[in-house]
Amino acid sequence: MQVTVKIKRFNPEVDKRPHWEEYKLEARPTDRVLDVLHEIKWEQDGTLAFRRSCAHGICGSDAMMINGVNRLACKLLVKDLGDHIVIEPIRGLPVLKDMIVDMDPFFESYEEVLPYFINDDPPPAQERLQSPEDRALFDATTKCILCAACTTSCPIFWTNGRYIGPAAIVNAHRFIFDSRDQGAGQRLEVMNRMNGVWRCRTAYNCTEACPRDIPITQAIEQVKREIARTAV
Amino acid sequence: MKRAHKYDVIVVGAGGAGLMAARYASQNPNVSVAVITKLYPTRSHTGAAQGGVGAALGNVSEDHPEWHAFDTVKGGDYLTDQDVAEVFAREVVEAVYELEHMGLPFSRTPDGRIAQRKFGGHTREFGKSAVERACYAADRTGHMILQTLYQQSIKNKVTFFNEFHVLDLVMVDGACRGVVAYELATGELHTFHSKAVILATGGSGRMFGVTSNAHALTGDLMSIVWRHGLPIEDPEFFQFHPTGLYRIGVLLTEGARGEGGILRNANGERFMERYAPTIKDLAPRDMVSRAMYLEIREGRGAGPDKDYILLDLTHIDGDIIEERLPDITEFARIYLGVDPIKEPVPVQPTAHYAMGGVPTTLETNVISDGQNTIVPGLYAAGEVACVSLHGANRLGTNSLGDLIVFGRRAGMEAARYAQEVQFDYLPPDNQEPTREMLERTRGGSGKERVSHIRKDLQATMMDNASVFRTEETLTTQLRVLEELKERYKDVLVEDQGQQYNTELMEAVELGFLIDNAEMLVNAALNRTESRGAHSREDYKERDDENWLKHTMIYREGNGVRIDYKPVTLGKYEPKPRVY
Ligand SMILES: Cc1cc2nc3c(=O)[nH]c(=O)nc-3n(C[C@H](O)[C@H](O)[C@H](O)COP(=O)(O)OP(=O)(O)OC[C@H]3O[C@@H](n4cnc5c(N)ncnc54)[C@H](O)[C@@H]3O)c2cc1C
Ligand code: FES
Repeated sequence: MQVTVKIKRFNPEVDKRPHWEEYKLEARPTDRVLDVLHEIKWEQDGTLAFRRSCAHGICGSDAMMINGVNRLACKLLVKDLGDHIVIEPIRGLPVLKDMIVDMDPFFESYEEVLPYFINDDPPPAQERLQSPEDRALFDATTKCILCAACTTSCPIFWTNGRYIGPAAIVNAHRFIFDSRDQGAGQRLEVMNRMNGVWRCRTAYNCTEACPRDIPITQAIEQVKREIARTAV
Repeated sequence: MKRAHKYDVIVVGAGGAGLMAARYASQNPNVSVAVITKLYPTRSHTGAAQGGVGAALGNVSEDHPEWHAFDTVKGGDYLTDQDVAEVFAREVVEAVYELEHMGLPFSRTPDGRIAQRKFGGHTREFGKSAVERACYAADRTGHMILQTLYQQSIKNKVTFFNEFHVLDLVMVDGACRGVVAYELATGELHTFHSKAVILATGGSGRMFGVTSNAHALTGDLMSIVWRHGLPIEDPEFFQFHPTGLYRIGVLLTEGARGEGGILRNANGERFMERYAPTIKDLAPRDMVSRAMYLEIREGRGAGPDKDYILLDLTHIDGDIIEERLPDITEFARIYLGVDPIKEPVPVQPTAHYAMGGVPTTLETNVISDGQNTIVPGLYAAGEVACVSLHGANRLGTNSLGDLIVFGRRAGMEAARYAQEVQFDYLPPDNQEPTREMLERTRGGSGKERVSHIRKDLQATMMDNASVFRTEETLTTQLRVLEELKERYKDVLVEDQGQQYNTELMEAVELGFLIDNAEMLVNAALNRTESRGAHSREDYKERDDENWLKHTMIYREGNGVRIDYKPVTLGKYEPKPRVY
């Protein structure tokens, strides 16, 4: 089928501000949007810049706004969009070139939640035990691939870039509810700060944007309740 | 940013092997360490690994490292170095516990231990029946390993240079003194002066058209090492995984068969019963992939073009599938529109794993010949390396184990070495070869699109050098490669900018891929036997008398030179491989 693709382009070496460009090409309904972008880059315009690697929704490289919604280009098929596709970079992070945004602020927020296992007891000779039920409590939030689709779909984040954002909260959740971890107190304190979890107004954009189907809003609510419960 | 850097140890690559190496190298407070990676660390392809990491924990049923070592040797069709297999099977047990201690969220058994499942070629009591050895976290074990190791790097404040593409090694008097890297954000070249460099850059699957490998897996460092006159070991052994999604190659883990999945031909027949009567669908990958090709060739392929096989999970409880194999279920639903709970999934073998690579010793030192002569200051671990663990065919779950066992060894060894030696002289013109290469690539006559050359490379490699090979197909492929090399001289790079010139990097990567194909095809043509993943239809038998040895292939002038390295044998006598 013929598709028309409108892409928001920005090349810092020549452009003052972003502009739209339109491409027409043949695509199969089962092509990924990433295939479409490759087709444009490989056949029409080599200067088009975007990140990608795994091509099947695992590495988190290619979050972008596609027809108004944040998606991974490699996990969305042409047949789900029709013959008009509009592609822009994710919002709220500085655009460096075309779809490539500066991810540093995103990773800085992530690092604030102490996203690593904390347990100062000497480990046993074998594994620490954990029941399947305890393991299930944080299963969903272990799926995060740090693609930023959630955080950059959040209206609070657009207006206040210092809001820690859903992705960071998801990663805090992953450790707070891990029965083996001892750092929950420190993380809840970070969550309780001015730009922490309370900024969330449950807009649900994040949950809808998550390519890994993490119930993000629910995780955020669980963190809020945990703060209230432990009264930090 | 300054463009000259100095660190005791440089790690190239931030997948499982690189992050593990960085962790161990930086445990020594007197050693400065930096990791250079062309992708953000969490984008590395280790994150795509699904099924599990093999270790004889015995959590589900009795198991022993000796059984694991034996399976590895047999699975490798006796080309595995047996001392390596023994060290590996022992150390991987403690390495898996260590990952758990770092917080890795493994799935659990009812009594709270690390969950384990069956995987191809892993058996109890030296081949009696399949054993649960693969430690898993649902079907995202690699994702959890990558995340956990990256989390630990944050905790330990490891220094990263993200989106820095290493394009050369600085070699002086046969020793490695650093690397030259291209900063994607600015287009500038940086030199990293070091005492020790650890290569951990992963595989090269993108030389094939149907592959489970990420776009970034272009064999860069295998090629760069080769261009410096160092050998590559056993490149003819390239694994095709039986169950790639039809046409697109995205992987469905062998864990699907570990959980009871069955391969069927167009007649619904469980054909693996004929090829491997004891362990059937859980035979090693090379055997299953060949069986699938043969079924298709004999007209029993499924689908309108009779060109795929069916992976049947429909008899397994839907809840178990959703719980233990959620990701691959989603892949089938999204990319093929097939729900594995209700209908069988169309699959075909997909290019998956390079058994060969940069040859190393057990201590991960890179070597320059068949006599184990060490290249001072150069180490390698993970898929880019060939420590000769996987021999002619890797068993599933043994790569993740390889990353953590040999990544760890590399980190420790490089740090130890860096403490013993001083920084050595670095020639001031160390960036010149890279600068020239980039100029050549960018300034070519521009007749040939990168994608066209690459597509032809990938298609012809599938046709002539994949699951089955003959002298005729391989000779044809050598001719094709000569043509592609000529065309590559006229490669087109439209983007003449400096910032995020991803087109230029794709062109450079294509050059690396062509080298990788050249090593593979020459070595495959040279080896006149069938062993593991290398299957010659004109030499169908394994020939231990002449070929129980490793290939060491060198670039020489415009051609290649092939030498050999003996296989380290041990308690397990080479036997015919039946399952
Ligand atoms: C889909 C899939 C599923 C798999 N499942 C399993 C499994 O269940 N069990 C198992 O044991 N194995 C599995 N494997 C194999 C295993 O995952 C890989 O072999 C392994 O992860 C490779 O890890 P690595 O650290 O060597 O490289 P990678 O994780 O690929 O990392 C390579 C790193 O090198 C960097 N790099 C590359 N080139 C350059 C350069 N020129 N300059 C700078 N940086 C560079 C990249 O940025 C990246 O950080 C699977 C593989 C695939 C593809
Ligand atoms: S390319 Fe990896 S998530 Fe899309």
